[in-house]
Order: sequence, then structure tokens, then C-alpha cells
Amino acid sequence: MFYPLVALFILSALGFYLGKTKSIKLSKSQKLASLPNYYGYLSLFYILIPSLLLWFVLLTTQELILNKYIYSLMKEAIHTYEANELNLLFSKIQNIALGSSFGNETEFELFAASKVIHFKKIFILFTYFIILLSSILGFLVVNRKITPLFKSQRVVEKIVNRFIQLCSFIAILVTLGIFLSLVFETIQFFGYVNPLDFLLGLNWNPNKAFVIDSAEQIDKAVLKDAFGIIPLMGGTLLIALLAMMVAIPLGLMSAIYMSEYASKKVRDISKPVIEILAGIPTVVYGFFAALVVAPKIVEFGSFLGIEVSSESALAAGLTMGVMIIPFVSSLSDDVIRAVPQSLREGSYALGATKSETIIKVILPSALPGIIGSFLLAISRAIGETMIVVMAASLQANLTINPLEPATTITTQIVTALTGDTEFDNPKTLVAFALGLTLFFATLFLNYFALRIVKKYREQYE
Amino acid sequence: MNRYNQRKKSEKRFRLYGVIAISMSLIFVLILMFNIFKAGLGGFYKTAFTIPFHFDQQLLKLEDHPSSEQIQKASFRKLIAYNFEIIFAGYSKEEMKDINKIFYRKIDQELQQYLIDKPDNLNKTINVSLTASTDIDQIHKGNFDRTISEKFRKVNDFQLKIYDELLEKNQVETKFNKVYFTTGDSRDPESAGVAGSVMGSLFTILICFLLSFPVAIFASIYLEEFAKRGKITDLIEININNLAAVPSIIFGLLGLGILLNFFGLPRSTSLVGGIVLSFMTLPTIIVACRASLRAVPPSIREGALALGATKTQVVFHHVLPLAMPGTLTGTIIGLARALGETAPLLMIGMVAFIINVPTSPLEPAVGMPAQIYLWSESAERGFIEKTSSAIILLLLFLMVVNFLSVYFRKKYEKKW
Repeated sequence: MFYPLVALFILSALGFYLGKTKSIKLSKSQKLASLPNYYGYLSLFYILIPSLLLWFVLLTTQELILNKYIYSLMKEAIHTYEANELNLLFSKIQNIALGSSFGNETEFELFAASKVIHFKKIFILFTYFIILLSSILGFLVVNRKITPLFKSQRVVEKIVNRFIQLCSFIAILVTLGIFLSLVFETIQFFGYVNPLDFLLGLNWNPNKAFVIDSAEQIDKAVLKDAFGIIPLMGGTLLIALLAMMVAIPLGLMSAIYMSEYASKKVRDISKPVIEILAGIPTVVYGFFAALVVAPKIVEFGSFLGIEVSSESALAAGLTMGVMIIPFVSSLSDDVIRAVPQSLREGSYALGATKSETIIKVILPSALPGIIGSFLLAISRAIGETMIVVMAASLQANLTINPLEPATTITTQIVTALTGDTEFDNPKTLVAFALGLTLFFATLFLNYFALRIVKKYREQYE
Repeated sequence: MNRYNQRKKSEKRFRLYGVIAISMSLIFVLILMFNIFKAGLGGFYKTAFTIPFHFDQQLLKLEDHPSSEQIQKASFRKLIAYNFEIIFAGYSKEEMKDINKIFYRKIDQELQQYLIDKPDNLNKTINVSLTASTDIDQIHKGNFDRTISEKFRKVNDFQLKIYDELLEKNQVETKFNKVYFTTGDSRDPESAGVAGSVMGSLFTILICFLLSFPVAIFASIYLEEFAKRGKITDLIEININNLAAVPSIIFGLLGLGILLNFFGLPRSTSLVGGIVLSFMTLPTIIVACRASLRAVPPSIREGALALGATKTQVVFHHVLPLAMPGTLTGTIIGLARALGETAPLLMIGMVAFIINVPTSPLEPAVGMPAQIYLWSESAERGFIEKTSSAIILLLLFLMVVNFLSVYFRKKYEKKW
């Protein structure tokens, strides 16, 4: 798949060398308009760019052409197969071609698979051929251009500028990609489930969409109350809230202490230590929550005579809270430090103690920024996946009791997409609808938070 | 005066809250590290029995001076049964079954290795070291309470008696677990290793770096040096900020929807994992690179321009090299974060059970964090230890990387 690319890079390097040597040769008789290197770069671009584009087109169309080809093969044998077996047959042929064996292949399947393998081989050869052809063509074109009067530097720089401009567009492309991939599958999902039933439903039970035979029609009436997002939102908010109950007091107090009280020495030590919490991978927190926190909570509950679920929202929430402490503390730290010194001094001059100054002057004036940091932390909490996947429950449960199990949006996305994934079942497709919901929720929170923070900053600057 | 004392007291109290908050975070770090290290350090070691073993030629049905292939084909089952009859003489058939279970299921492969390494061992009696079963291993390391009722443990009283006898005879030893560092995943905790997932992570990060680093640098250069303020530039900036805030699992959905389903890239491979993670790393590197580009003083640019360099030459020959240290620090931090990321990998199928150590980014693989997740889901007790050991390795690596980035920043940072 990628060997043509390697070949292409070698060809372009060759082009660079040829272009450069030609210009050096030319420079012996006449002064060049640009440095020899730029002629080399020009040849490199002329070979690389068109070939790379062609390679990419071939790569993306290969699958399409191959699918058409298999279907045309299957058409010849269509009378021996039932219509609903075609999809099965299709994937079976592909898998045999990839080298797996089922032990019950029919002659036709083997024949088709060998054809597919043959097709792939020819396609690779074709790719090499196209790349070679376009490289040679590119070089012939650029070779005519390399004359002493030709200002290659200007052209090279223009290409470079266009290229880096393209690179910066990738951020837009990725966002667009996220949006489109989510929207397309979500629309498919809404073909099975009414959007209103999804957004307002109180029951979450995706297993109702389970069908043994993919050809069997799914009863839409059953799906009506199988995909209600409300219990998931409830669980997500519950866990996020528990996390914030840990992270806000600890994070904010750490930030206050570090920015107002701590000496430089204490600050230099404690800040990196708190940052360690942010650097620990979330899967580690998840493991810790499931292995240590949850059993301890159960133990403590039984000591008090309360029954606590081993997959309680509390365990996931507390652990997530610890993870979020550094977010709250470092963001609020920035905000508190941005409060002008004059406000502090004014307060001291009126005889206020340090804590009075902090509570009555600094915090109120830093409040918008601090709230912004809380919002960012919440958006982080609702998008967090591994901790809840490992420590929270899979069972949807609309509750506000933190001792009961609860599930979250992210957990359900993971459950929907791990294991068997068939993209014609609402059970799988719902993950994208959940993803879209999550995407908009975090987008909204972040946008809001950043606006608040920005507005506040302008106030003092 | 009373009021004054009250105010003084509340001041002290407030200060105490701050100290408590900070020490709480510190305590959390310590508790977490302590628990993980306590559970995981043992995973780097394994328990083995040293037992005299007679490699009988006839039982193995081997010729004189057998080749490696012949030894690999030979069945060691009879040989093991024969030797155990001698070592553990006088036990019934049922008891012999129990004795077999205190050893690792695949000791025949270990014995094979002894013979392959030294074919002269044939017909000789030598001391061999055989891996203990994971349950005995856990008891030997003290991870499992052997005093609880027999019903609740996998090792019965008779097996414990045999184990104690071997212990008394000094035939039980704790060895460095080489297997853990050289193999891929396995259903048995005794032979599960991290090598597969380390390679998987390595390929993933490599792909991630190759894609995100150049693109991020070029994008930053454009935005910082060439772009004119305008609607498009604003749009790009908004999108970069956005990408930094999107939950990681959404990137996984992007990988699944676009890379796997639309472009048909191979599932479960480091290639797809690397591409997905590069989208996540992009904003981090761009932010760092732009900050470093901005920090390069205008005098450098002006000097170069005065000597006749074009704008492109100024940026690529003078500004970018000076901005490199800061960019690299940001890149290391971004890659370290990508290395610990699990959720997107779950979406693109990089959580499969993969025994082979991958040798290219196009092979199915798992990453370190995904391996940790997989093992943590396993019910076997021995896997808790393996999971913790893998976490220790991951954390150590991240620590080293972070120290490196701090070191580089300190070393190459320039104050203008």
C-alpha cells in the first residue's frame, strides 16, 4: 500500500538531483537567475505534487472499483444465491482474498477471491506505472523550464507558501470531518429512531435493537423507547457534578494558596506536583478507580450499614475529580494572578486581612474567569471516557443517588462500538448520535467559557 | 479586641484550607503511585520451581543428537508425567493432577527450550527451572491471602502443602520475568508480555509524529508569519481552539467514520491510530510553535531582510531554527499525552487480542494504554499484577519524557 509512496520519494529525490546538476552545468556558461538548489526543488515539486495527488486518488478509488468489480463477478452467479445472501457473500469473498479461510468455501467463492487477488496485484502495478509516468512527464516539463533566465526561486516560494497555507486549513478540514462523519451516521440512525424519541426518551435499552439475522426487519415500534438519551445525560451530569465537587474546592483553594500565600519555593515544588495529576493517562485513573476506590467505598458503606453498588457513580466521580484538580487550579491561578495589584493594595489599606481581601475583593473580581475555568473543567469531565468505562456501570439508571450505578454518554459510545460493529443497526449507529450530542455540548461549554474568560481579561488590560 | 482575634483566627483557618487543598492533591498522587507500585512491582518477577529433570530419550522418542525441529515436534507430556512420578512419589492419580496444576500450563515448551539450547542434555538429569502457575505465583508473592477458606481460593490445601514442601527444600525461587518484556498478549498471565503493546505504541507515536509535526509547523508558520488578518484566518484559529477542546473519544469516532468506513484503511492498525492521534496532537504543537515563533525578536527578521533574504528565506533559514527548541518541547508534551490516550484507540479497534509483536504500522496492534485496559478487564488475578506493571512502565516512560522536555527547555531556552 505504501511502497509506491517510497518509490515516489526516491523518484523525487532523483528529480532534485537532476534539476540541480543541470542548473549547475548551465551556470558554467551563463549566470543563473536563482541558486541551483531552487532548480532542484522545482523539479522535486513538479514530480512529487502531481504524482502524490494521483496516488491519493488511486488509493481512495481502489476500494470503490474493487467493490464494483466483485459485484460484477457476483452478477454472473446471482441465480444460485438468494438476494439477501449477497452482502454476506460479498464480505466472504473479500475475506478469502485477504487470506482467511472458512473451510466451507464454494468453488465460485474461491474463483472470485482469486480474481480479487489478481485484481489487486494489477492495481498495484497500475499504481506504480501511473506514478512513474507522471514523474517522467513532470520532469520533462520542468526540464524545459530550467534555463538560466528562469527565476525558479520565485516559483518555489510561491509553491511553498501555497503549501503551508493548505497545512493550516487542515484544522478546518478535521473539524469538518468530525462534523460530517457524525452527522452522516446520525441521519442514518434517525432513519430508525425518531429524533424526539432520542432526545426526550426516558428509557435506554439498546439491546432491544438486537436482531439475529441482519436481513430481518427491525420493528420501529420497539425502538421507540429503546434509545432515550435522558438517563445517559443524567448519569453523565451526576458523575461530572461529583467530580466538580472534588475538583472545585481543592483546585480553587490550591490556586488561591499558590498565587496569594505560597513563597516562590513552595510554589515551584507544589505546582509541578499538581501538574503530575494532569499528566497521568486516564486509563490509569480508571484502573485505580476500579481497583482501589470502588472497593474502598463499598467497604466504607458496609461499615456504615449502607449498601453501595460496586460500580457506583461515586467511585468514578471522585477519581475524575482528582484528575480535574490541575485544570481548575492552573486556570484559576492564571485568572487570580491577573487581578491588578492595586485592588489588593487598596483592600489592605482599608485594614482588611489577607483572607478578607481574597474573599471579598479578589474572588469577586476574578469570578467570571473562575467560572469560565469551571465550565472548561465540566466540559472536560463530560467528555472523559476511560475512567467511566472502567469504573462506572453499563446499566442506564436515572438517579441522583451517587451510591447507585450510573452510566454515561461516553461509556455507551464505547459499548456500542466495541465488539461486533455492523453499520446497519441502530445499536451501533446510536454511538454517532451520542457523539454528536457530546460534540455540541462540549463545543457550547467551551465557547461560553472562553467568551467569559476573554471578556474578563479585556476588562483589566 | 475580641473581634480582632476572631479575624486573625479566620485568617489562619483560611490559610490552613489552602495548605490542606494542596496537600490533598499531593496525597492523591502518593496514594495512587503507592497502590500501583505495590500491585505492579511483582509483575517484573515470576515464581519458578527448580526441579531435577531427566530427559529420557525413549520417552521423547528422539534419535541421538536430535535437531531443533525434531525436538519441537516431540511430545513432552509423557516425560513430564514420568518425572513427576519420581519427584512426587506416592501420590494418587487425582493428587498428581493437582500437582500438575501448580505448574504453568505450558511447561513442556520450557523443557523443549532446555533441550534445544543444549541437545547434549538428552538422557541426562539436570536441574531445570519451571514456571509456577499464576495462582501459586500470586500466593508466593503474598498478593493473595492463603489463610482464607479453601472454597474461596483457586489453590487447594493439598497444593499448598506441596508448595510448602518445595519451599522448605529451597526449590522455589523468584526470577526476573524475561517473558514479560519479550512477548505479546496471551490468555495466560504467566506468558503475557508488554513487548507487543510497546511496539504498537511506538509505531502509533511515530506515525503521529511524522504527520502532526510538519503539518503543525507549516500551519503555525503560515498563521504567524504570512497570514493576513481576516475571516479565513479567524476561522482557522477558532477551529484550532476547538480541536484542542473536543473530547478524545470524538476523534475516535472520526477515525471510525472517515478513515475506516470511508477510506477503508485497515482496522486495528497503528497507522490509523497514529493518524487519529495526530489530529489530537496538532493543536498542542501549533500553540507551542506559534508561541516560540512570536518570541523570536524582530531584529533577527530585520537583519535577514536587510541582507536581501526573501520573506520565505527569513522564516525558514532564521526564524524557524530559533523557534525549534520551544516547538520541540511542545511536541514532546503533545506526544506524551497522545501516548497515554486510550479512548480513540477503542473506537478504531486497537483493543484486539493480539499475540504477535507487530513489525510494521500496517499490522493489527494494541497500544500500551489499550493493553492496560484489556488486562484490567480480565478476571484472572494474575492480570491485576500485569496491568499494574504495565502502568509502572508507562508512567516511568512518561516521567522520563517530561523530564527531557523540561531539560531541553532549560538548556535551549533563550531570553532575548
